[in-house]
Amino acid sequence: MPMLAIRTVAAWLVTLTLVFPLLWLFLTAFKTELQAISVPPLFVFTPTLDNFAEVNVRSDYLLYAKNAVITSVVSTLLGLAIAAPAAYSMAFFRTRRTRDILMWMLSTKMMPAVGALVPVYVIAQTAGLLDTRTALTVIFMLSNLPIMVWMLYSYFKDIPHEILEAARMDGASVWSEFRHVILPLGMGGLASTGLLCLVFSWNEAFWSLNLSSARAGTLATLIASYSSPEGLFWAKLSAASLMAIAPIVVFGWFSQKQLVQGLTFGAVK
Amino acid sequence: MSRFLPRALMAPAVISLFLWMIVPLVMTLYFSVVHYNLMQPGIKEFIGLANFEFFVTDPDFGPAILNTLKLLSAVIAITVVLGVALALLVNEPFPGRGVVRVLLISPFFVMPTANALLWKHMMMNPIYGVLAEVSRLLGTKPVDWLSDLPLTSVIIIVAWQWLPFACLIFITSLQSLDREQMEAAGMDGANALQKFWFLVLPHLARPIAVVIMIEMIFLMSVFAEIFTTTGGGPGNASTNVAFLIFKEALMNFDVGVASAGALFAVVLANIAAVFLIRMVGKNLDK
Repeated sequence: MPMLAIRTVAAWLVTLTLVFPLLWLFLTAFKTELQAISVPPLFVFTPTLDNFAEVNVRSDYLLYAKNAVITSVVSTLLGLAIAAPAAYSMAFFRTRRTRDILMWMLSTKMMPAVGALVPVYVIAQTAGLLDTRTALTVIFMLSNLPIMVWMLYSYFKDIPHEILEAARMDGASVWSEFRHVILPLGMGGLASTGLLCLVFSWNEAFWSLNLSSARAGTLATLIASYSSPEGLFWAKLSAASLMAIAPIVVFGWFSQKQLVQGLTFGAVK
Repeated sequence: MSRFLPRALMAPAVISLFLWMIVPLVMTLYFSVVHYNLMQPGIKEFIGLANFEFFVTDPDFGPAILNTLKLLSAVIAITVVLGVALALLVNEPFPGRGVVRVLLISPFFVMPTANALLWKHMMMNPIYGVLAEVSRLLGTKPVDWLSDLPLTSVIIIVAWQWLPFACLIFITSLQSLDREQMEAAGMDGANALQKFWFLVLPHLARPIAVVIMIEMIFLMSVFAEIFTTTGGGPGNASTNVAFLIFKEALMNFDVGVASAGALFAVVLANIAAVFLIRMVGKNLDK
Protein backbone atom coordinates (compact mmCIF):
# COMPACT_ATOMS: atom_id res chain seq x y z
CA MET A 1 0.00 0.00 0.00
CA PRO A 2 2.36 2.76 -1.09
CA MET A 3 -0.47 5.32 -1.21
CA LEU A 4 -1.28 4.77 2.43
CA ALA A 5 2.38 5.01 3.39
CA ILE A 6 2.80 8.30 1.54
CA ARG A 7 -0.35 9.73 3.08
CA THR A 8 0.69 8.66 6.55
CA VAL A 9 4.15 10.17 6.25
CA ALA A 10 2.78 13.38 4.74
CA ALA A 11 0.10 13.81 7.40
CA TRP A 12 2.57 13.25 10.22
CA LEU A 13 5.20 15.52 8.72
CA VAL A 14 2.76 18.38 8.21
CA THR A 15 1.26 17.94 11.66
CA LEU A 16 4.61 17.86 13.44
CA THR A 17 5.73 20.96 11.55
CA LEU A 18 2.56 22.79 12.54
CA VAL A 19 2.75 21.91 16.22
CA PHE A 20 6.52 22.33 16.32
CA PRO A 21 6.28 25.68 18.18
CA LEU A 22 4.37 23.93 20.96
CA LEU A 23 6.84 21.06 21.11
CA TRP A 24 9.64 23.62 21.23
CA LEU A 25 7.94 25.46 24.08
CA PHE A 26 7.69 22.15 25.92
CA LEU A 27 11.40 21.40 25.42
CA THR A 28 12.52 24.92 26.34
CA ALA A 29 10.65 24.77 29.63
CA PHE A 30 13.08 22.08 30.78
CA LYS A 31 16.28 23.87 29.69
CA THR A 32 18.54 26.27 31.55
CA GLU A 33 18.41 29.89 30.37
CA LEU A 34 21.75 29.43 28.61
CA GLN A 35 20.61 26.30 26.81
CA ALA A 36 17.40 28.08 25.80
CA ILE A 37 19.29 30.67 23.73
CA SER A 38 22.01 28.42 22.41
CA VAL A 39 22.91 28.69 18.72
CA PRO A 40 22.26 26.28 17.05
CA PRO A 41 19.13 25.35 19.05
CA LEU A 42 19.56 22.38 21.35
CA PHE A 43 17.44 19.28 20.97
CA VAL A 44 19.36 17.04 23.33
CA PHE A 45 20.10 18.25 26.85
CA THR A 46 19.78 17.26 30.46
CA PRO A 47 16.32 18.42 31.54
CA THR A 48 15.94 20.56 34.63
CA LEU A 49 12.88 21.42 36.68
CA ASP A 50 14.37 24.61 38.13
CA ASN A 51 12.33 26.93 35.88
CA PHE A 52 9.03 25.77 37.29
CA ALA A 53 10.18 26.58 40.80
CA GLU A 54 11.67 29.94 39.82
CA VAL A 55 8.63 31.15 37.90
CA ASN A 56 6.76 31.66 41.12
CA VAL A 57 9.64 33.56 42.74
CA ARG A 58 9.96 35.93 39.79
CA SER A 59 6.30 36.67 39.26
CA ASP A 60 3.89 35.51 41.93
CA TYR A 61 2.60 32.82 39.60
CA LEU A 62 0.25 31.31 42.14
CA LEU A 63 -1.76 34.52 42.54
CA TYR A 64 -2.39 34.74 38.80
CA ALA A 65 -3.22 31.06 38.64
CA LYS A 66 -5.69 31.51 41.47
CA ASN A 67 -7.29 34.46 39.66
CA ALA A 68 -7.54 32.43 36.45
CA VAL A 69 -9.15 29.47 38.23
CA ILE A 70 -11.62 31.61 40.17
CA THR A 71 -12.72 33.81 37.28
CA SER A 72 -13.12 31.00 34.77
CA VAL A 73 -14.79 28.51 37.12
CA VAL A 74 -17.16 31.00 38.74
CA SER A 75 -18.11 32.64 35.45
CA THR A 76 -18.82 29.22 33.93
CA LEU A 77 -20.97 28.05 36.86
CA LEU A 78 -22.82 31.35 37.01
CA GLY A 79 -23.37 31.23 33.26
CA LEU A 80 -24.73 27.69 33.42
CA ALA A 81 -27.09 28.67 36.24
CA ILE A 82 -28.53 31.47 34.10
CA ALA A 83 -28.39 29.73 30.72
CA ALA A 84 -29.83 26.34 31.69
CA PRO A 85 -33.29 27.60 32.77
CA ALA A 86 -33.46 29.81 29.69
CA ALA A 87 -32.51 26.98 27.35
CA TYR A 88 -34.98 24.68 29.10
CA SER A 89 -37.75 27.20 28.68
CA MET A 90 -36.95 27.68 25.00
CA ALA A 91 -36.73 23.98 24.27
CA PHE A 92 -39.91 22.90 26.06
CA PHE A 93 -42.19 25.94 26.03
CA ARG A 94 -41.64 26.99 22.47
CA THR A 95 -43.47 30.07 21.34
CA ARG A 96 -43.44 31.96 18.09
CA ARG A 97 -40.83 34.26 19.49
CA THR A 98 -38.37 31.61 20.70
CA ARG A 99 -36.51 31.61 17.42
CA ASP A 100 -36.22 35.40 17.41
CA ILE A 101 -34.86 35.43 20.94
CA LEU A 102 -32.26 32.81 20.05
CA MET A 103 -31.17 34.78 17.01
CA TRP A 104 -31.01 37.97 18.99
CA MET A 105 -28.84 36.34 21.67
CA LEU A 106 -26.55 35.15 18.94
CA SER A 107 -26.30 38.66 17.56
CA THR A 108 -25.01 40.00 20.89
CA LYS A 109 -22.03 37.68 20.48
CA MET A 110 -21.25 39.35 17.18
CA MET A 111 -20.44 42.69 18.78
CA PRO A 112 -16.68 43.15 18.65
CA ALA A 113 -15.29 43.40 22.16
CA VAL A 114 -13.41 46.56 21.29
CA GLY A 115 -16.74 48.27 20.60
CA ALA A 116 -17.66 47.94 24.25
CA LEU A 117 -14.20 48.60 25.67
CA VAL A 118 -14.65 52.27 26.52
CA PRO A 119 -18.04 52.09 28.27
CA VAL A 120 -17.13 48.94 30.17
CA TYR A 121 -13.85 50.50 31.26
CA VAL A 122 -15.63 53.68 32.40
CA ILE A 123 -18.30 51.70 34.27
CA ALA A 124 -15.68 49.54 35.96
CA GLN A 125 -13.65 52.61 36.90
CA THR A 126 -16.67 54.46 38.29
CA ALA A 127 -17.79 51.43 40.27
CA GLY A 128 -14.28 50.86 41.60
CA LEU A 129 -14.19 47.47 39.89
CA LEU A 130 -11.03 47.94 37.84
CA ASP A 131 -8.58 45.14 38.47
CA THR A 132 -11.05 43.02 40.42
CA ARG A 133 -11.98 39.41 39.88
CA THR A 134 -15.65 40.41 40.12
CA ALA A 135 -15.51 42.51 36.97
CA LEU A 136 -13.68 39.84 34.99
CA THR A 137 -16.01 37.08 36.19
CA VAL A 138 -19.14 38.98 35.19
CA ILE A 139 -17.72 39.94 31.79
CA PHE A 140 -16.51 36.41 31.01
CA MET A 141 -19.95 35.12 31.96
CA LEU A 142 -21.76 37.64 29.77
CA SER A 143 -19.59 37.07 26.74
CA ASN A 144 -20.06 33.29 26.99
CA LEU A 145 -23.77 33.43 27.78
CA PRO A 146 -25.06 33.37 24.17
CA ILE A 147 -22.93 30.29 23.39
CA MET A 148 -24.15 28.61 26.55
CA VAL A 149 -27.84 29.21 25.88
CA TRP A 150 -27.38 28.13 22.29
CA MET A 151 -25.53 24.90 23.06
CA LEU A 152 -27.80 23.92 25.94
CA TYR A 153 -30.85 24.63 23.81
CA SER A 154 -29.64 22.23 21.13
CA TYR A 155 -28.98 19.55 23.74
CA PHE A 156 -32.32 19.99 25.54
CA LYS A 157 -34.20 20.02 22.25
CA ASP A 158 -33.12 16.43 21.67
CA ILE A 159 -34.60 15.17 24.93
CA PRO A 160 -37.79 13.32 23.95
CA HIS A 161 -40.93 15.22 24.90
CA GLU A 162 -42.67 11.97 25.89
CA ILE A 163 -40.48 11.65 28.96
CA LEU A 164 -41.54 15.09 30.10
CA GLU A 165 -45.20 14.42 29.40
CA ALA A 166 -45.02 11.22 31.43
CA ALA A 167 -43.50 13.14 34.31
CA ARG A 168 -46.18 15.80 34.07
CA MET A 169 -48.92 13.16 34.07
CA ASP A 170 -47.47 11.87 37.30
CA GLY A 171 -47.98 15.34 38.68
CA ALA A 172 -44.39 16.52 38.67
CA SER A 173 -44.03 20.26 39.19
CA VAL A 174 -41.92 22.27 36.79
CA TRP A 175 -39.13 22.43 39.31
CA SER A 176 -39.07 18.69 39.93
CA GLU A 177 -39.36 18.09 36.20
CA PHE A 178 -36.30 20.28 35.67
CA ARG A 179 -34.49 18.79 38.62
CA HIS A 180 -35.24 15.09 38.08
CA VAL A 181 -35.68 14.79 34.32
CA ILE A 182 -33.91 17.57 32.48
CA LEU A 183 -30.80 17.91 34.58
CA PRO A 184 -29.89 14.20 34.66
CA LEU A 185 -30.65 13.75 30.95
CA GLY A 186 -28.90 16.97 30.02
CA MET A 187 -25.83 16.32 32.15
CA GLY A 188 -23.68 15.55 29.13
CA GLY A 189 -24.71 18.80 27.48
CA LEU A 190 -24.13 20.82 30.64
CA ALA A 191 -20.70 19.28 31.11
CA SER A 192 -19.49 19.91 27.57
CA THR A 193 -20.94 23.41 27.47
CA GLY A 194 -19.24 24.18 30.76
CA LEU A 195 -15.95 22.73 29.59
CA LEU A 196 -15.93 24.78 26.41
CA CYS A 197 -16.73 28.03 28.22
CA LEU A 198 -14.08 27.24 30.81
CA VAL A 199 -11.53 27.03 28.00
CA PHE A 200 -12.72 30.34 26.53
CA SER A 201 -12.61 32.17 29.86
CA TRP A 202 -9.23 30.76 30.78
CA ASN A 203 -7.71 31.96 27.51
CA GLU A 204 -9.56 35.27 27.36
CA ALA A 205 -7.04 38.04 26.80
CA PHE A 206 -8.84 41.18 25.63
CA TRP A 207 -10.76 42.03 28.79
CA SER A 208 -8.19 40.68 31.19
CA LEU A 209 -5.42 42.75 29.57
CA ASN A 210 -7.52 45.90 29.60
CA LEU A 211 -9.29 45.63 32.94
CA SER A 212 -6.84 43.89 35.22
CA SER A 213 -3.21 44.00 36.24
CA ALA A 214 -1.37 43.07 39.42
CA ARG A 215 -4.32 42.22 41.66
CA ALA A 216 -6.87 40.40 39.53
CA GLY A 217 -4.75 39.54 36.50
CA THR A 218 -5.25 36.07 35.05
CA LEU A 219 -2.54 33.85 33.62
CA ALA A 220 -3.12 35.45 30.21
CA THR A 221 -1.98 38.80 31.63
CA LEU A 222 0.93 37.26 33.52
CA ILE A 223 2.27 35.69 30.34
CA ALA A 224 1.85 39.02 28.53
CA SER A 225 4.15 40.64 31.10
CA TYR A 226 7.03 38.57 29.70
CA SER A 227 6.68 40.65 26.56
CA SER A 228 9.22 43.31 27.53
CA PRO A 229 12.62 43.02 25.88
CA GLU A 230 14.41 42.78 29.21
CA GLY A 231 12.21 39.84 30.08
CA LEU A 232 14.17 37.55 27.85
CA PHE A 233 14.10 34.61 30.18
CA TRP A 234 12.94 32.11 27.64
CA ALA A 235 13.18 29.03 29.81
CA LYS A 236 11.10 30.67 32.53
CA LEU A 237 8.68 32.09 29.99
CA SER A 238 8.29 28.59 28.57
CA ALA A 239 7.78 27.04 31.97
CA ALA A 240 5.17 29.67 32.88
CA SER A 241 3.41 29.26 29.54
CA LEU A 242 3.47 25.49 29.77
CA MET A 243 1.86 25.57 33.20
CA ALA A 244 -0.72 28.04 31.91
CA ILE A 245 -1.70 26.17 28.76
CA ALA A 246 -1.20 22.48 29.57
CA PRO A 247 -4.35 21.91 31.65
CA ILE A 248 -6.58 23.83 29.28
CA VAL A 249 -5.23 22.24 26.10
CA VAL A 250 -6.10 18.86 27.62
CA PHE A 251 -9.60 20.14 28.44
CA GLY A 252 -9.81 21.40 24.88
CA TRP A 253 -9.06 17.95 23.46
CA PHE A 254 -12.06 16.61 25.37
CA SER A 255 -14.37 19.34 24.11
CA GLN A 256 -13.34 19.13 20.41
CA LYS A 257 -16.68 17.80 19.24
CA GLN A 258 -18.65 20.48 21.06
CA LEU A 259 -16.25 23.14 19.85
CA VAL A 260 -17.60 22.98 16.31
CA GLN A 261 -21.19 23.06 17.52
CA GLY A 262 -20.49 25.87 19.95
CA LEU A 263 -18.51 28.08 17.62
CA THR A 264 -20.66 27.74 14.53
CA PHE A 265 -23.96 27.81 16.40
CA GLY A 266 -25.03 24.64 14.64
CA ALA A 267 -24.44 26.05 11.17
CA VAL A 268 -21.99 23.25 10.38
CA LYS A 269 -22.84 19.66 11.12
CA MET B 1 -49.33 25.85 31.76
CA SER B 2 -49.25 29.52 32.53
CA ARG B 3 -47.16 31.80 30.40
CA PHE B 4 -45.50 33.33 33.39
CA LEU B 5 -43.13 30.51 34.26
CA PRO B 6 -41.39 30.04 30.88
CA ARG B 7 -40.80 33.77 30.76
CA ALA B 8 -39.50 33.91 34.30
CA LEU B 9 -37.02 31.14 33.47
CA MET B 10 -35.77 33.05 30.48
CA ALA B 11 -35.69 36.44 32.19
CA PRO B 12 -32.23 36.36 33.82
CA ALA B 13 -30.50 35.44 30.57
CA VAL B 14 -32.51 37.84 28.43
CA ILE B 15 -32.21 40.78 30.80
CA SER B 16 -28.50 40.39 31.43
CA LEU B 17 -27.72 40.05 27.73
CA PHE B 18 -29.95 42.98 26.92
CA LEU B 19 -28.08 45.16 29.41
CA TRP B 20 -24.74 43.86 28.17
CA MET B 21 -25.69 44.93 24.67
CA ILE B 22 -27.63 48.13 25.17
CA VAL B 23 -25.74 49.90 27.97
CA PRO B 24 -22.35 49.95 26.25
CA LEU B 25 -23.99 50.86 22.95
CA VAL B 26 -25.88 53.83 24.37
CA MET B 27 -22.84 54.99 26.31
CA THR B 28 -20.64 54.67 23.24
CA LEU B 29 -23.12 56.71 21.21
CA TYR B 30 -23.17 59.36 23.92
CA PHE B 31 -19.40 59.47 24.45
CA SER B 32 -18.83 59.73 20.74
CA VAL B 33 -20.43 63.18 20.62
CA VAL B 34 -18.94 64.72 23.76
CA HIS B 35 -15.48 65.93 24.65
CA TYR B 36 -14.50 63.49 27.37
CA ASN B 37 -10.95 62.84 28.49
CA LEU B 38 -10.24 60.70 31.54
CA MET B 39 -7.43 63.11 32.45
CA GLN B 40 -9.88 66.01 32.61
CA PRO B 41 -12.71 64.63 34.74
CA GLY B 42 -15.85 66.70 34.99
CA ILE B 43 -15.63 68.18 31.51
CA LYS B 44 -18.20 66.68 29.17
CA GLU B 45 -19.36 69.17 26.61
CA PHE B 46 -21.28 68.38 23.46
CA ILE B 47 -19.05 68.71 20.42
CA GLY B 48 -21.14 67.09 17.69
CA LEU B 49 -19.21 64.99 15.23
CA ALA B 50 -15.78 66.40 16.08
CA ASN B 51 -14.64 63.10 17.59
CA PHE B 52 -15.45 61.28 14.38
CA GLU B 53 -13.60 63.90 12.42
CA PHE B 54 -10.61 63.61 14.72
CA PHE B 55 -10.59 59.81 14.52
CA VAL B 56 -10.94 59.74 10.74
CA THR B 57 -8.32 62.42 10.13
CA ASP B 58 -5.87 60.82 12.54
CA PRO B 59 -2.84 59.95 10.36
CA ASP B 60 -2.96 56.46 11.89
CA PHE B 61 -6.57 55.90 10.80
CA GLY B 62 -6.00 55.05 7.12
CA PRO B 63 -3.14 52.64 7.85
CA ALA B 64 -5.18 51.07 10.66
CA ILE B 65 -8.11 50.35 8.35
CA LEU B 66 -5.73 49.00 5.75
CA ASN B 67 -3.91 46.85 8.31
CA THR B 68 -7.20 45.50 9.62
CA LEU B 69 -8.28 44.50 6.12
CA LYS B 70 -4.86 43.02 5.27
CA LEU B 71 -4.80 41.04 8.49
CA LEU B 72 -8.37 39.83 7.96
CA SER B 73 -7.98 38.78 4.35
CA ALA B 74 -4.54 37.20 4.76
CA VAL B 75 -5.52 35.15 7.80
CA ILE B 76 -8.81 34.08 6.21
CA ALA B 77 -7.08 33.07 2.98
CA ILE B 78 -4.36 31.12 4.79
CA THR B 79 -6.70 29.33 7.18
CA VAL B 80 -9.28 28.41 4.53
CA VAL B 81 -6.82 27.13 1.93
CA LEU B 82 -4.53 25.29 4.33
CA GLY B 83 -7.51 24.21 6.44
CA VAL B 84 -9.17 22.48 3.48
CA ALA B 85 -5.87 20.90 2.43
CA LEU B 86 -5.18 19.63 5.94
CA ALA B 87 -8.70 18.35 6.43
CA LEU B 88 -8.46 16.38 3.18
CA LEU B 89 -5.06 15.05 4.22
CA VAL B 90 -6.35 13.58 7.49
CA ASN B 91 -9.83 12.66 6.25
CA GLU B 92 -9.02 9.08 5.22
CA PRO B 93 -7.89 6.62 7.89
CA PHE B 94 -4.16 6.12 8.45
CA PRO B 95 -2.05 4.93 11.39
CA GLY B 96 -2.15 7.50 14.21
CA ARG B 97 -5.00 9.57 12.75
CA GLY B 98 -6.56 10.13 16.17
CA VAL B 99 -3.30 11.47 17.58
CA VAL B 100 -2.73 13.67 14.55
CA ARG B 101 -6.17 15.22 14.92
CA VAL B 102 -5.60 15.95 18.59
CA LEU B 103 -2.21 17.51 17.87
CA LEU B 104 -3.59 19.59 15.00
CA ILE B 105 -6.29 21.23 17.10
CA SER B 106 -3.95 22.09 20.00
CA PRO B 107 -2.80 25.59 18.95
CA PHE B 108 -6.39 26.81 19.14
CA PHE B 109 -6.47 26.16 22.88
CA VAL B 110 -3.27 28.06 23.61
CA MET B 111 -4.03 31.45 25.12
CA PRO B 112 -3.30 34.24 22.62
CA THR B 113 -0.71 35.92 24.84
CA ALA B 114 1.31 32.72 25.27
CA ASN B 115 1.02 31.97 21.58
CA ALA B 116 2.20 35.45 20.64
CA LEU B 117 5.20 35.42 22.98
CA LEU B 118 6.22 31.94 21.94
CA TRP B 119 6.44 33.18 18.37
CA LYS B 120 7.94 36.56 19.21
CA HIS B 121 10.82 35.20 21.26
CA MET B 122 11.52 31.59 20.47
CA MET B 123 10.48 31.43 16.84
CA MET B 124 11.07 34.88 15.38
CA ASN B 125 14.04 36.23 17.33
CA PRO B 126 16.60 37.19 14.65
CA ILE B 127 19.55 35.63 16.50
CA TYR B 128 18.40 32.83 18.78
CA GLY B 129 15.06 32.01 17.17
CA VAL B 130 14.21 28.79 15.39
CA LEU B 131 13.31 30.59 12.15
CA ALA B 132 16.72 32.31 12.15
CA GLU B 133 18.34 28.88 12.43
CA VAL B 134 16.23 27.63 9.53
CA SER B 135 17.44 30.60 7.46
CA ARG B 136 21.05 29.81 8.32
CA LEU B 137 20.54 26.17 7.34
CA LEU B 138 19.12 27.33 4.02
CA GLY B 139 22.03 29.71 3.64
CA THR B 140 19.92 32.89 3.64
CA LYS B 141 20.15 35.89 5.92
CA PRO B 142 17.96 35.60 9.06
CA VAL B 143 14.98 37.95 9.03
CA ASP B 144 14.25 40.33 11.89
CA TRP B 145 10.57 39.45 11.70
CA LEU B 146 8.97 41.83 14.18
CA SER B 147 10.95 44.91 13.08
CA ASP B 148 11.11 44.37 9.34
CA LEU B 149 7.87 42.48 8.68
CA PRO B 150 5.66 43.42 11.65
CA LEU B 151 2.28 42.91 10.02
CA THR B 152 3.36 39.68 8.34
CA SER B 153 4.55 38.43 11.72
CA VAL B 154 1.20 39.19 13.31
CA ILE B 155 -0.55 37.48 10.38
CA ILE B 156 1.57 34.34 10.84
CA ILE B 157 0.89 34.26 14.58
CA VAL B 158 -2.87 34.75 14.23
CA ALA B 159 -3.15 32.33 11.31
CA TRP B 160 -1.30 29.67 13.27
CA GLN B 161 -3.87 30.01 16.03
CA TRP B 162 -6.93 29.95 13.75
CA LEU B 163 -5.85 27.29 11.27
CA PRO B 164 -6.90 24.48 13.65
CA PHE B 165 -10.32 26.07 14.04
CA ALA B 166 -10.93 26.15 10.28
CA CYS B 167 -9.45 22.70 9.88
CA LEU B 168 -11.64 21.20 12.60
CA ILE B 169 -14.78 22.58 10.99
CA PHE B 170 -13.79 21.22 7.59
CA ILE B 171 -12.96 17.82 9.10
CA THR B 172 -16.39 17.74 10.72
CA SER B 173 -18.08 18.70 7.50
CA LEU B 174 -16.15 16.19 5.37
CA GLN B 175 -17.56 13.40 7.51
CA SER B 176 -21.01 14.07 6.10
CA LEU B 177 -19.77 13.87 2.51
CA ASP B 178 -21.66 11.24 0.54
CA ARG B 179 -19.20 8.35 0.18
CA GLU B 180 -21.28 6.43 -2.35
CA GLN B 181 -21.36 9.44 -4.60
CA MET B 182 -17.58 9.73 -4.38
CA GLU B 183 -17.19 6.04 -5.24
CA ALA B 184 -19.64 6.30 -8.12
CA ALA B 185 -17.72 9.26 -9.49
CA GLY B 186 -14.51 7.25 -9.20
CA MET B 187 -16.04 4.35 -11.14
CA ASP B 188 -17.19 6.75 -13.84
CA GLY B 189 -13.55 7.68 -14.28
CA ALA B 190 -13.39 11.00 -12.44
CA ASN B 191 -9.87 11.74 -11.23
CA ALA B 192 -8.98 13.14 -7.83
CA LEU B 193 -8.99 16.73 -9.04
CA GLN B 194 -12.40 16.40 -10.68
CA LYS B 195 -13.82 14.77 -7.56
CA PHE B 196 -12.44 17.61 -5.48
CA TRP B 197 -13.77 20.30 -7.79
CA PHE B 198 -17.24 18.91 -8.46
CA LEU B 199 -18.06 17.03 -5.23
CA VAL B 200 -15.86 18.07 -2.30
CA LEU B 201 -15.68 21.79 -2.88
CA PRO B 202 -19.44 22.30 -3.34
CA HIS B 203 -19.99 20.27 -0.17
CA LEU B 204 -17.54 22.55 1.67
CA ALA B 205 -19.06 25.78 0.37
CA ARG B 206 -21.21 26.28 3.43
CA PRO B 207 -18.56 25.54 6.08
CA ILE B 208 -16.14 27.77 4.20
CA ALA B 209 -18.68 30.60 4.31
CA VAL B 210 -19.20 30.02 8.02
CA VAL B 211 -15.46 30.02 8.73
CA ILE B 212 -15.02 33.25 6.78
CA MET B 213 -17.80 35.02 8.63
CA ILE B 214 -16.80 33.84 12.10
CA GLU B 215 -13.18 34.75 11.49
CA MET B 216 -14.23 38.17 10.20
CA ILE B 217 -16.05 38.84 13.43
CA PHE B 218 -13.29 37.61 15.74
CA LEU B 219 -10.31 38.86 13.74
CA MET B 220 -11.75 42.35 13.54
CA SER B 221 -10.74 42.68 17.19
CA VAL B 222 -7.32 41.04 17.09
CA PHE B 223 -5.69 42.67 20.07
CA ALA B 224 -3.70 40.45 22.41
CA GLU B 225 -1.39 39.23 19.64
CA ILE B 226 -0.50 42.82 18.70
CA PHE B 227 -0.34 44.06 22.28
CA THR B 228 2.19 41.39 23.30
CA THR B 229 4.36 41.37 20.18
CA THR B 230 4.76 44.58 18.21
CA GLY B 231 2.70 46.98 20.33
CA GLY B 232 1.25 48.24 17.05
CA GLY B 233 4.63 49.30 15.73
CA PRO B 234 7.14 50.09 14.53
CA GLY B 235 5.30 53.39 14.08
CA ASN B 236 1.84 52.32 13.03
CA ALA B 237 2.98 49.42 10.84
CA SER B 238 0.98 46.80 12.72
CA THR B 239 -1.75 48.92 14.31
CA ASN B 240 -5.25 47.73 13.45
CA VAL B 241 -8.53 49.47 14.26
CA ALA B 242 -8.97 47.62 17.55
CA PHE B 243 -5.48 48.57 18.68
CA LEU B 244 -5.97 52.18 17.58
CA ILE B 245 -9.13 52.43 19.68
CA PHE B 246 -7.26 50.95 22.63
CA LYS B 247 -4.50 53.53 22.18
CA GLU B 248 -6.98 56.41 22.12
CA ALA B 249 -8.92 55.13 25.12
CA LEU B 250 -6.31 53.79 27.52
CA MET B 251 -3.12 55.53 26.42
CA ASN B 252 -4.43 58.96 25.37
CA PHE B 253 -7.40 58.66 27.74
CA ASP B 254 -9.61 60.19 25.07
CA VAL B 255 -12.91 58.42 25.64
CA GLY B 256 -14.75 60.49 23.06
CA VAL B 257 -12.47 59.73 20.13
CA ALA B 258 -12.17 56.08 21.14
CA SER B 259 -15.95 55.78 21.18
CA ALA B 260 -16.21 57.25 17.72
CA GLY B 261 -13.70 54.62 16.59
CA ALA B 262 -15.60 51.87 18.38
CA LEU B 263 -18.71 52.66 16.35
CA PHE B 264 -16.67 52.06 13.20
CA ALA B 265 -15.63 48.66 14.47
CA VAL B 266 -19.21 47.75 15.37
CA VAL B 267 -20.48 48.69 11.92
CA LEU B 268 -17.69 46.74 10.21
CA ALA B 269 -18.35 43.62 12.27
CA ASN B 270 -22.09 43.83 11.75
CA ILE B 271 -21.70 43.56 8.01
CA ALA B 272 -20.35 40.03 8.51
CA ALA B 273 -22.74 39.29 11.35
CA VAL B 274 -25.88 39.95 9.32
CA PHE B 275 -24.94 37.29 6.78
CA LEU B 276 -23.92 34.78 9.43
CA ILE B 277 -27.11 35.24 11.43
CA ARG B 278 -29.21 34.76 8.34
CA MET B 279 -27.44 31.54 7.52
CA VAL B 280 -27.80 30.21 11.06
CA GLY B 281 -31.45 31.23 11.08
CA LYS B 282 -32.18 29.29 7.90
CA ASN B 283 -30.57 26.26 9.45
CA LEU B 284 -32.72 26.63 12.53
CA ASP B 285 -35.91 26.41 10.52
CA LYS B 286 -35.00 23.07 9.00
